[in-house]
Amino acid sequence: MTDHDGVAPDEFHEFPFDPGSPLVASGNLRRRMIVSRMAQALATFGAILAVGVLAIMLWAVVSRGIGAISWSFITTGPDDGGIGPSLVGTVIIVLMATAIAAPVGVLTAIYTTEFASDRVGGIVRLTLDMMNGLPTIIVGIFIYGLIVAGHNQSGFAAALALAVIMLPMIARTTQEVLALVPRTLREGAEALGVGRWRVILGVLLPTVGGAILTATVLAAARVAGETAPQILVNLVAPNEFVLNPFADHAMPTVPVTIYQLSESADPTGFQRAWGAALCLLVIILVANIAARALHARSQKKIGSK
Amino acid sequence: MRGPLSSKGSTGDKILRGLALAAALLAIVTLVALGIKVIQGSKLAFDTFGLGFVTDSTWNPTGGEDGNGLYGAWVMIYGTLVTSLSALAVALPIGVAIGLYLAELARDSVARVVGPLVEMLAAVPSVVVGFWGLIVLAPIVSKYVEPFLYDHFSFIPLFGEPQTTGLSLFTASLILSIMILPIIASISRDLFLTVPHEMKDGAEALGATHWEVVRGVDLPACAAGIASAALLALGRALGEAIAVAQVIGGGQKVVESLFLPGDTLASRLASQFPAAISDLQVSSLYYLGVILLVIGVAANLTAVWIARRFDYERRAA
Repeated sequence: MTDHDGVAPDEFHEFPFDPGSPLVASGNLRRRMIVSRMAQALATFGAILAVGVLAIMLWAVVSRGIGAISWSFITTGPDDGGIGPSLVGTVIIVLMATAIAAPVGVLTAIYTTEFASDRVGGIVRLTLDMMNGLPTIIVGIFIYGLIVAGHNQSGFAAALALAVIMLPMIARTTQEVLALVPRTLREGAEALGVGRWRVILGVLLPTVGGAILTATVLAAARVAGETAPQILVNLVAPNEFVLNPFADHAMPTVPVTIYQLSESADPTGFQRAWGAALCLLVIILVANIAARALHARSQKKIGSK
Repeated sequence: MRGPLSSKGSTGDKILRGLALAAALLAIVTLVALGIKVIQGSKLAFDTFGLGFVTDSTWNPTGGEDGNGLYGAWVMIYGTLVTSLSALAVALPIGVAIGLYLAELARDSVARVVGPLVEMLAAVPSVVVGFWGLIVLAPIVSKYVEPFLYDHFSFIPLFGEPQTTGLSLFTASLILSIMILPIIASISRDLFLTVPHEMKDGAEALGATHWEVVRGVDLPACAAGIASAALLALGRALGEAIAVAQVIGGGQKVVESLFLPGDTLASRLASQFPAAISDLQVSSLYYLGVILLVIGVAANLTAVWIARRFDYERRAA
């Protein structure tokens, strides 16, 4: 062992170098190694714990929900024991929220990275950070006060609330990836005398399009299960398909349905709630996996350039 | 690029710039309007109860001389702080440990599976977590966990006599810690991955064990970032409404024992807003929203501030 090489000479005498000593840790080093091993074991245990909690939770939903799933469960209304209207409502509301939030989010990001001065950009960034940290229930009471109070609940109100939640997620990711675009790409385009808007729309956005799409899909998956704002602005829905988000009453959605069934005193609805939870989880899972695949592809695209 | 290249992009430039500016302004206006609306909504309650609302622990929708109701926020403020801080106390060490495991210990092939799994925990909607907490976790907590803690640790006043339902501040804290764990884990993993290799190699070359490298290099280098992640997670826990409303039991008193029902600002909003019986109740709920907004924004701004300073130090170094 060469442990003593850096030790000062007077300390050296206390630990005489013994070429015949075995190559195993002893004494203080042994203790330090044990501490280190314990720390490693604890960290590994933490990871196992997290994965274990996920597994237990998923197993509970799958084992209890699978019995409820059938073709009629996802196509018929609550009167026939299904959640079809809720699924359709969720899809419509999430698409609508995405259609509002994605353009605004991407344009906001373009403004901060391409046009704004440092100071103004900083203000917009701070705004997005604060929006990102807003409790979603607060977004709910905001939209309630804005368009529901004195009027009526609607799918549109829910879409607006979800759009407010999605906006900062999309904008922040777009900002980050725009900042990562190699300078050479931009400079090359600008050297050709191309107008700035064409550089942005024709060169920058196509380069980072995959990343923006990934962020949008993730944000949509996140708000698809968002319940808090919806129970304030989109709660009392009829037991039938509602296709018009501007109707003068609420649209049924999956998360609200789960919440209502779980809060009701009647446990016969629990089976449907588990089934609905399973459907919601599958949708979110598929969206997450799709987003990851997209992300991997867009990484490859940037990497190959 | 298709079409002839020309320099007459100025009109296009103006349009795109205008659109982008409009979008950025829309974001700012939304945030300002949100603040105004929420404060406006609380006006009636503020005029009626003043600042005393914050420290009053009555919440009685039919109370008062004229039956208009008497409202105060203290029970919910207490419940919010107790559940969020206990959740953070549980999730912070475990989350950082997971971050360390993913960044330092696990083989790449393992980390590539475990990392996304931990993040998937964050993708489970709160209503599903809450439903699971209500049906699966709460009975286990009341049957095994609470009696165990009461039997062995009842000298800590937080662990009082167990209840039969399991709907308690304790179960709410557990649910919250599950929900914020992946946030802390993934941020701290990203932080540990940015620690320069030279520093770790240096420590290892001096004979430091794995743990000593973590304690002496990784943790000090990432301390500010971890503090920021903890505050972000705290902000998330403070504002979680649905899952908490499902498992906290809707208590009406400030209680010492974690095993009794309580309520948080966000969960009270979720459980009572849709069924509020008077304008004063709605307004009082808005008032709770203002308090939640103030606490939440404070936590988030501090997190952002620490993270930015940390970034700055990193770049300067």
